[in-house]
Amino acid sequence: MSQIGPVLVDGVIYSAWLFIAAVGLTLVYGVMKILNVTHGSFYALGAYAGASLTGAWLAKGYPPMLSYAVLLGGAILVTLVFAPAIERGLLRFMYAKDEVVILLVTYALFLILEDTIKLIWGVNPYFVAEPYALLGSFEVGGLKYPTYNLILVGLALALSAGLAWVLHSTKVGKLLAAVIHDPEMSRALGVNVDRFYLVTFTLGCLLAALGGSFTAPTVSVVPGLGVDVIVLSFAVVVIGGLGSLPGAALGAVIVGLVRSVSVHYLPQVELFVIYSVMALVLAFRPRGLFGLAEPRKI
Amino acid sequence: MEGLKKVAVAGVIAAALAPLGVLAQQPVKIGFVMFLSGPAASPFGVPAKNAADFVVDELNAGKGPAPYGKVGFGGSKIEMVQIDEAGPTTSVVTEYRNLVQRSNVDLVIGYISSGSCLAIAPVAEELKKFTNFFDCGTPRIFEDASYKYVFRTSPTATMDSVGAAYFVRDTKGKVKSIAGVNQNYAWGQDSWGDFEASMKQIDPGVDVKTSQMPKLFAGQYTAEISSLLGTGADVIHSSFWDGDLEAFILQASPRGLFDKRTVILTTGETAMHKLAAQIPDGTVLGARGPFGPYAPDNAYNRWFAKGFEAKFNAPPNYASYQMAQAILGVKAAWEKAMASNGGKRPTNEQVGAALEHLAFDGPGGHVRMAIGKGHQAIMETAYGMTKNVGGKLTMVNVKRYPAEAVNPPEGVKSTDWIKGGFKK
Repeated sequence: MSQIGPVLVDGVIYSAWLFIAAVGLTLVYGVMKILNVTHGSFYALGAYAGASLTGAWLAKGYPPMLSYAVLLGGAILVTLVFAPAIERGLLRFMYAKDEVVILLVTYALFLILEDTIKLIWGVNPYFVAEPYALLGSFEVGGLKYPTYNLILVGLALALSAGLAWVLHSTKVGKLLAAVIHDPEMSRALGVNVDRFYLVTFTLGCLLAALGGSFTAPTVSVVPGLGVDVIVLSFAVVVIGGLGSLPGAALGAVIVGLVRSVSVHYLPQVELFVIYSVMALVLAFRPRGLFGLAEPRKI
Repeated sequence: MEGLKKVAVAGVIAAALAPLGVLAQQPVKIGFVMFLSGPAASPFGVPAKNAADFVVDELNAGKGPAPYGKVGFGGSKIEMVQIDEAGPTTSVVTEYRNLVQRSNVDLVIGYISSGSCLAIAPVAEELKKFTNFFDCGTPRIFEDASYKYVFRTSPTATMDSVGAAYFVRDTKGKVKSIAGVNQNYAWGQDSWGDFEASMKQIDPGVDVKTSQMPKLFAGQYTAEISSLLGTGADVIHSSFWDGDLEAFILQASPRGLFDKRTVILTTGETAMHKLAAQIPDGTVLGARGPFGPYAPDNAYNRWFAKGFEAKFNAPPNYASYQMAQAILGVKAAWEKAMASNGGKRPTNEQVGAALEHLAFDGPGGHVRMAIGKGHQAIMETAYGMTKNVGGKLTMVNVKRYPAEAVNPPEGVKSTDWIKGGFKK
């Protein structure tokens, strides 16, 4: 029974990380109907930018507490360098094509970006451990947790609240809903759909980069970092329903908690548990927990 | 007239021998296969590639320490063809076939992943191509099958696990409980299985608290670390490598996992220079043999470690040592086969026959091709504990174990040997 506290805390921390890593993927799909495989690349780009810039920041002897702002700045920087260029330079010419073709285009871009990362940062690992231990630790059930984990939880909550507010309580959100429902009609009514696509794609990529950047202090940043993230993110958004923000949140919570329970009580099934949950959900709700049936256009 | 005859005969003989001379001087084309991209490139692939570059350059310049001073292999310079091991097993096999059938390499030295080695061994046999595995650890290769063309000049993972258990016995005495966190594939499962079995042989009453098996490259270990902390095990074993090892150290260290218990990282040597500040004192690090900080002070190690560091501005890690050892072992076999062949270029079969049961020395010390019908090397191994001295991690309390104590005898499977009480 004494394990329940740590099981819940581990589950919440993992869920927060999963949500940050996955929410951009579902946002881009929800608005643009693009299953963006470069999401994994932006996660990796964010991690590399966060680790290298923060490392340089700390090496210069600047205040360590501001390293969190550098992590944020790193994610914004790489996103602004790559995301608009990809959307304006390539993806906008593909919108008329089949979803599968766009999926393949983003996969090709993912491979290109993997090599671009190696060209920029090489193959040696990057570490920036300081921000992880800087804030001290807290205890649950006698186990010590770095307080940094609460930053991840806070970031996940802030992102979900912010996105929910923008989508449901602002004019931009209402226009976005119109674009999602019928881009052609929105365009005919004077909505700048291209700008919505550019901003949405950039925001989705920024969320991935933020996930990578704020994960960087806890991992070794190495080539291939984004590969597993794209698979996990996909599992989370499929469970929740592709394109659904509440679905991504619920999917992350389910996966996080189920994984935590299995690690603590039945570690031998941990490898299969995430995909078992996905299979189970899809068996009963093929469009995911929050997936909606699409209206058929004539 | 007589003089002219002699000149003519000499000319005919010279003309007849000329192709042999040309053949002897033809470069020896070696295919080198290691991870040049992906997560395993940084800790293993690139250090191994650097070692191959350094050793081949030195040998081609005739600068190897005796008895490796002859240029290249038996006077023929070495030509390298380097291939990336990254990718699914099917593409690794396809690349191997390309290397043999299109690039026409004379020999192959390579492979880091146990999965690659298990897949390549039967193909090497089918293509009759001499292949020396330099790094992969699974003992199954020569325990489950026997090969004519396949060799491994590095010891198996069994040695790492048994050595780790002996180190616990010799430094901690009787321990109440153990736990493990290993990657969920052949390497992690075999490593934990051998360690657990060895600990139970040493102390049948030892309690196994948990065996965590996260998937390869999972990266996030919050729950696994909580579970390990919660069990209160005295000893924690991990064969994590690469980014997984580094992420585990980064996440576990601030949570105090390394405090009040012994943590054994069997491949920890690859992280010791990069994460010196994060690895607490008292952590047990392995180097998969007498490599890196455990390498002996011999002429080969002085030549290799000094030259490598001067060239690449970083010390060689165990993957570098294993690659150097693999090249020197094959060179020794090649030159032995050449001598038996009247100084002519040896065939793959002759090189293989020469390497069987061969003993040679390298930067890691003495190597004997003693098991797997003479195709599998055994060596001594060593473990030690970390101590940070002025920001530099050093190894203290180092224990060395002779090859026979940590490797099964000829013809006995590793698991049977451990379960049988390590009988010699």
